Amino acid sequence: MSRVRLLAGTKKGGFVLTSDAKRERWRIDGPLFGGWEIYHMKASPADPNRIFASQSNGWFGQIIQRSDDGGKTWSTPGSEPEELVSSQGMPQGESNKFVYDGVPGTHKWYDGTPHPWEFKRVWHLRPSLDDPDIVYAGVEDAALFRSTDGCKTWHEISGLRRHGSGSDWQPGAGGMCLHTILVDPTNGQRMYVAISAAGVFRTDDAGKTWRAINRGLRSDFMPDPEADVGHCVHRIAMHASRPSVLFMQKHYDVMRSNDAGESWHEVSGNLPCDFGFPIEVHAHEPETIYVVPIKSDSEHYVHDGKLRVYRSRTGGNEWEALTKGLPQKDCYVNVLREAMAVDSLDPCGVYFGTTGGQVYASSDGGDSWTPIVRDLPAVLSVEVQTLS
Amino acid sequence: MIRVKIPPHLRTLASVSGEVELEIEGPVSHGSILDALEARYPMLKGTMRDHVTKVRRPFIRFFACGKDFSLDASDTPLPDAVASGAEPFFIVGAIAGG
Repeated sequence: MSRVRLLAGTKKGGFVLTSDAKRERWRIDGPLFGGWEIYHMKASPADPNRIFASQSNGWFGQIIQRSDDGGKTWSTPGSEPEELVSSQGMPQGESNKFVYDGVPGTHKWYDGTPHPWEFKRVWHLRPSLDDPDIVYAGVEDAALFRSTDGCKTWHEISGLRRHGSGSDWQPGAGGMCLHTILVDPTNGQRMYVAISAAGVFRTDDAGKTWRAINRGLRSDFMPDPEADVGHCVHRIAMHASRPSVLFMQKHYDVMRSNDAGESWHEVSGNLPCDFGFPIEVHAHEPETIYVVPIKSDSEHYVHDGKLRVYRSRTGGNEWEALTKGLPQKDCYVNVLREAMAVDSLDPCGVYFGTTGGQVYASSDGGDSWTPIVRDLPAVLSVEVQTLS
Repeated sequence: MIRVKIPPHLRTLASVSGEVELEIEGPVSHGSILDALEARYPMLKGTMRDHVTKVRRPFIRFFACGKDFSLDASDTPLPDAVASGAEPFFIVGAIAGG
């Protein structure tokens, strides 16, 4: 019988939430890495028991953890005594060594002045679809790294940062982060990344060269609202069966591309407000998408005190509020960009976590919701595995 | 024998409890202590100082014998009491937040 495993990263540790396919009764394990910010936990599609976690805090910096037994035990890759890998015969301990390729130079600071590129943390981990040792990492200050040895060591894919516009990238309120990595499941050469606040970039040669694909985006906080780069893209999503159709939750505006990002058009439609962070696609219906509208970029809580997921079954423009089981008064939480996920069961399960520490689940595609847990630390990320 | 006290989060990361005892040949400084600590516990690399530049992370401080050695050069000799093991060397997460 199928099972579901949720990986929830919070401001103060990670949690593993498991259920059978009914998704009614949940076991909650954690906190893992208590006291640390867990920006993201993500399992390898090629080996579901291999899970990677990004652990960080302001004092001790970045740690990468890996579990090879489905989250029961964890270690920092490359730090075991038997892993004698350096020329001196000592373990290297380099799973948290993210060093930019060459002299990193500067990007724009909030006021437009040049600011040196500095590594701060890993926001996003994207394991390869078919090799459990290959993992991509999106980091702050924005860059893309790759590990080919199960996260023991990392190397920057510097063609992205050096493609030409890097000096014009600028941090959003959360920092200058590369927060989304999408791999085209039908074309191993094609990958998309999204950076706040720079925009979306695509490679068609496995990372060697990149170009900005932001035509159609409009951001009024920029001197040229339709510039090639500088857009505060919060999240992009695709359905595996149609990798050329992309959906985007931008700072403001929900957007769609039908041509692999060559052009975008707005599909905010009848949303009560079009600011938000996550966007997800239904596991079995490529035109069904989900967003959580947030009141504004300064308020960062849901509109009218009502926690509402909005679903479009038409790929955007026509949206319906999903409210059954969600608080409809006095609610002022946020749902962050990494904090929504779907399982692949039928009916499709949809999950999201809030800055108030709740993790909600729907086992009917969003029609109704139940809190799995109400009182975690602020939730930064939610991922889900469907296990057979 | 050098005695080193490290912050609780780093003790968890390194799977140690209480003080860490290190043998150091040559001058005892906060640089040589961190070298020895990272060699024994490689998972601590990058958590106290930068992997490449070896610059101390901003919220890490070094105390011993009631004094703050955080701003000293990494090869500045520490007091004899630390080198002899009479006094521990403290690696401390700076107070921050509420």
